[in-house]
Amino acid sequence: MSRKAHLKKFLAALLPTVICIVMGLLVGFLILLFANPSQAANGFKTILSGGFVGGMRGIGNVFYYATPAMMVGLGVAVGFKTGVFNIGGSGQFVIGGYFAMLLAHTLQIPRPFSWIVPILAAAVTAAVWASIAGLLYVYFKVNIVISTILLNYIGMYLVNYLIRYTIYDSGKNQAKLTPESAQIPGMGLDILFPDSSLNGGFIIAVLFAILIYILLFKTTKGYEMIAGGLNPSASLLAGISVKKNTVLSMCISGALIGIGGALMFLSNSGKSISVVDTLAAEGFNGISVALLAGNHPLGVILSSIFIASITVGGFYMQAYRFVPEIIDIIVAVIIYFSAFSLLIMQNFEKLQIWLKNKREEGHEG
Amino acid sequence: MNTLVFTLQQTFLFFVPLLIVALGAMFSERSGVLNIGLEGIMVMGAFFGILTINALTELPAQLQLLCGIIVSMIAGMVYTLFHAFAAITLKADQTISGTALNLFAPAFCIFMARVVQEVQQVAFKNVFRIDKAPVLGEIPFFGEVLFQKFYLTTYLGILILIVSWIVIEKTRFGLRLRACGENPHAADSVGINVTKMRYLGVMISGALGGLGGLVFVVPTSTTFNATVAGYGFLALAVLIFGQWQPGRIAVAALFFGLMKTIAAAYSGIPLLMDLGFPDTVYKIIPYAATIIVLMFTSKNSKSPAASGTPYNKGER
Repeated sequence: MSRKAHLKKFLAALLPTVICIVMGLLVGFLILLFANPSQAANGFKTILSGGFVGGMRGIGNVFYYATPAMMVGLGVAVGFKTGVFNIGGSGQFVIGGYFAMLLAHTLQIPRPFSWIVPILAAAVTAAVWASIAGLLYVYFKVNIVISTILLNYIGMYLVNYLIRYTIYDSGKNQAKLTPESAQIPGMGLDILFPDSSLNGGFIIAVLFAILIYILLFKTTKGYEMIAGGLNPSASLLAGISVKKNTVLSMCISGALIGIGGALMFLSNSGKSISVVDTLAAEGFNGISVALLAGNHPLGVILSSIFIASITVGGFYMQAYRFVPEIIDIIVAVIIYFSAFSLLIMQNFEKLQIWLKNKREEGHEG
Repeated sequence: MNTLVFTLQQTFLFFVPLLIVALGAMFSERSGVLNIGLEGIMVMGAFFGILTINALTELPAQLQLLCGIIVSMIAGMVYTLFHAFAAITLKADQTISGTALNLFAPAFCIFMARVVQEVQQVAFKNVFRIDKAPVLGEIPFFGEVLFQKFYLTTYLGILILIVSWIVIEKTRFGLRLRACGENPHAADSVGINVTKMRYLGVMISGALGGLGGLVFVVPTSTTFNATVAGYGFLALAVLIFGQWQPGRIAVAALFFGLMKTIAAAYSGIPLLMDLGFPDTVYKIIPYAATIIVLMFTSKNSKSPAASGTPYNKGER
């Protein structure tokens, strides 16, 4: 294929997503107009410019917000691509985050191991936690959507319990903040984006996105996993162990989400796990990120940055006395439209053919 | 004895919303459409139901509740049409459109609440508990459990259970609905309008989901904060645990309701308090027990065969 054809194919693949985003923004604008007509235009402008108005510091903060979302989105996307709907991101996120913070506090080892080991611990513990759902499906046919939902609650209660007996900050009712010695270094990003909360976690997340892209699309194992998700019985006939792959994809999905927890909490941003009986929102945000990206690992990089940007825009929009939840509304509408993006695509192709025929008729006439 | 009465009364508060929503999910899935958006539908129903109740505080208590119930059902039904349209007419991915419903509802409710009244919590006066029913409340034990300190919504839930059972198992409508969920091509070939039946199934699930939201919030709180604490998802677990059948769904909902009561009120039950487990154990029990039950029931799943797949006339 020529470069031009490649570009055309890429743009065509992007088109439905763009249509969905436009629809979501349109609905968001209408709601703003309904809530407060005089400020709607200003509010909308703030959403669109998002975090990209605050100079390098603003951009840094967008990337910082995008980092955990990217990891969770990657995890969910790997699940979707390989046929499992991992809705258990909340549980896996806090499990990974907790064990990362625990080791960050207890291990007295030199850098860089002081932050690498906690990240690995987050990956392993969250993978083990997620694999429970995979094993329950393989051995007992328990629906993964249901088991991961139930495991979210169990994970949350468990982590709250463990925090209270290990790294509890009773004044703030949360886990103690990660000590500086175990925080992920800036890796240059702290110099490039001064005064923002950004650190090397962003680079790690992007590297994982590329790694997952290679795993899924450039290796035999990835091919088997995707095939098993698309058509389990055909894959079984082709000699692929679908069961093993289901557990494996839950493990990978959970590990990525757990690392998301580690990247979020091994930083100096002042964020920690609160001991409250509420599921972590990051797990559900990741579903939006994955769906918006069409479950493509590289798309996840863009979609997490996009959602982070409009989220930052949502904070700024409070200056016009708008409620930041408008961003969640916009994201929900985008996801809704993305449910039939394939259909939009097909109709668009039909429209193109129809237009072409019309034009040719016109020439003849 | 008092502990037992208290435990059972509490159980109803968890049992009834789960029952209603799981029955709603049953109508949707047996018509062949997954409805993972029930959490969002419950939030919508509760929000509009409570707004109605707040607007009608002049009326007698039970009449307020009745109006709230009707509005919550309408709100749930209208909201579900978005899912129905995507899933049935546009043959979209049902998991994604259901997820969108879950994402949209809480954001929308918080946004509206803050636009209308500055704060996101919607407070309401809970005046709906009936202390004691005449005559029936006098019966020893049973009267105490069933007709003292109770909500009329408990009996509404039981009524919905009976009606659902009759509709799904004993009527022509139920048979047609089930046919659309098991084998839509066969249903179509004998002249059943699959699209129409599926719309009805999803709309019933929306109405019951909206109602379930209100029924969950009213007895357990005095403010609504755009959440139903995962009950929409738990109702799906109850549906699967209940094997898509009304009677079994009731048993499953009762089981989970009892576990949840133990988790919430174990400190009031001397027997459990004496065991000395940390409260986390009790909080985890409902979820862990459901997983364990699912381990034993999922292998012989009686899931509707065509649930989750859009119907294409031309495809065989």
